[in-house]
Amino acid sequence: MRYSGFRVIKEALTGHKGWKPVWRDPEPKAHYDIVVIGGGGHGLATAHYLSKVYGHRNVAVVEKGWIGGGNVGRNTTIVRSNYMLDGNEPFYEFSMKLWEGLEQDLNYNAMMSQRGILNLFHTDGQRDAYTRRGNAMILHGADAELLDADQVRKEHPYLNFDDARFPIKGGLAQRRGGTARHDAVAWGFARSADSHGVDIIQNCEVTGLRIENGKCLGVETSKGFIGANKVGCAVAGNSGRVMNMAGMRLPIESHVLQAFVSEGLKPVLPSVITYGAGHFYVSQSDKGGLVFGGDIDGYNTYAQRGNLPVVEDVCEGGVSLMPMIGRSRLLRMWGGVMDMSMDGSPIIDRTPVEGLYFNGGWCYGGFKATPASGYCFAHLLAQDEPHSTATAYRFDRFRTGRMIDEKGVGNQPNLH
Amino acid sequence: MIINHPLLGPRDASEFTYLGDASLINRPDWQAEDAAEAFYEYGYLRDNPAGEHQELWYHEAGDRSWLVVTRDTTTHEISKVELARDVARARGRSK
Repeated sequence: MRYSGFRVIKEALTGHKGWKPVWRDPEPKAHYDIVVIGGGGHGLATAHYLSKVYGHRNVAVVEKGWIGGGNVGRNTTIVRSNYMLDGNEPFYEFSMKLWEGLEQDLNYNAMMSQRGILNLFHTDGQRDAYTRRGNAMILHGADAELLDADQVRKEHPYLNFDDARFPIKGGLAQRRGGTARHDAVAWGFARSADSHGVDIIQNCEVTGLRIENGKCLGVETSKGFIGANKVGCAVAGNSGRVMNMAGMRLPIESHVLQAFVSEGLKPVLPSVITYGAGHFYVSQSDKGGLVFGGDIDGYNTYAQRGNLPVVEDVCEGGVSLMPMIGRSRLLRMWGGVMDMSMDGSPIIDRTPVEGLYFNGGWCYGGFKATPASGYCFAHLLAQDEPHSTATAYRFDRFRTGRMIDEKGVGNQPNLH
Repeated sequence: MIINHPLLGPRDASEFTYLGDASLINRPDWQAEDAAEAFYEYGYLRDNPAGEHQELWYHEAGDRSWLVVTRDTTTHEISKVELARDVARARGRSK
């Protein structure tokens, strides 16, 4: 069923009786060409591109809970491609371009809003660093614009410009960045994959990987064994648990990131804004709530909840940047579990087990990567070689010293 | 989280900074034949368990001692706190 304006009018005139569930609820078959573990954004995107671009229809996505219930439904919805390093920027710019055409590709309203993102800087050194990053982005075909304090003031007069300790000196803007409705992204990918024949199997937990003679034959699940020629694992947050079933230790720790929403306000924030002197990023949802977050809690955890010191730190950052939000009340806060990798960058690669492929280590930047991650993982699964924009995301980069460390803090996952 | 410091009693976790898995105490022998491989695993690979986890915490805003905290990563419940010094010596280090 395609969505269109005509369809909406027709349904409105006939009592909305024509809408149907947009994906099936199939029982697993005994064998698939490709099984993707994890029905989150990345797993569903992988299934979409596998079926639509690479022509693989005999594909299943197995999900422990319900689709859209994990990190794809927990993030702060920001989309951007403002990275600096060679291994990263082409990939994220590829993702940005996929975002720009996503709704047409999926025939689904993902509420993609290119309202722009602004990274503020507060010192001369930070201006130099942002200038360099902006130039790197432009060299890779992305857009970047360096604003001085007056230009920022014109667009965002409510910011705390003349703070004694951290005055705002300007910002690096990416106008094509913005936000997308995170749930709709999961639903749109699921609907499209399903319509191309992919089986989306919910409430089906993977309990083991059947590996014989170094080859992966399929997955043991709570709904029985499902055979597969190839198995792709896209369960970021729980990568350590699933890959442990294959006897692998990963360059990853699991950490919790908290996110927050205020009560609904009238429109006050025209774009996404990040604070350069503390860790705080914020946008305003279409419902009016301020959606914001900050640092991870910083210790290993699989609990989807955090602790109060980080709540305090995030709120302090927000109030020092934009004092006007000091009187808005917090509506909800929650946590999601992140794969924090050893260099802050992801992994899309084969594993030592034949037929087993891995996608993870997204730290807390996985949402913006969703379309390209799915595209590149589908490419790897279909063609057995990395996509041209994801060649650096290898397991062995840690062994060979080819880390992609945007922040330059080394192998300390809680600092990335 | 409250960490029950062996010398100072219960202290708020915000006084500490977190390093990671307590296996970091077991630094490999740099002169061994397989030192490169051992240091790769030591530096980059982690067990990352869901459940009981032994980890290093540094009492930065306190007495600056290193602790080995045994904590459940699914509930945040802390079952044991030791001085890292004692753990390391028990494992035969610093001799």
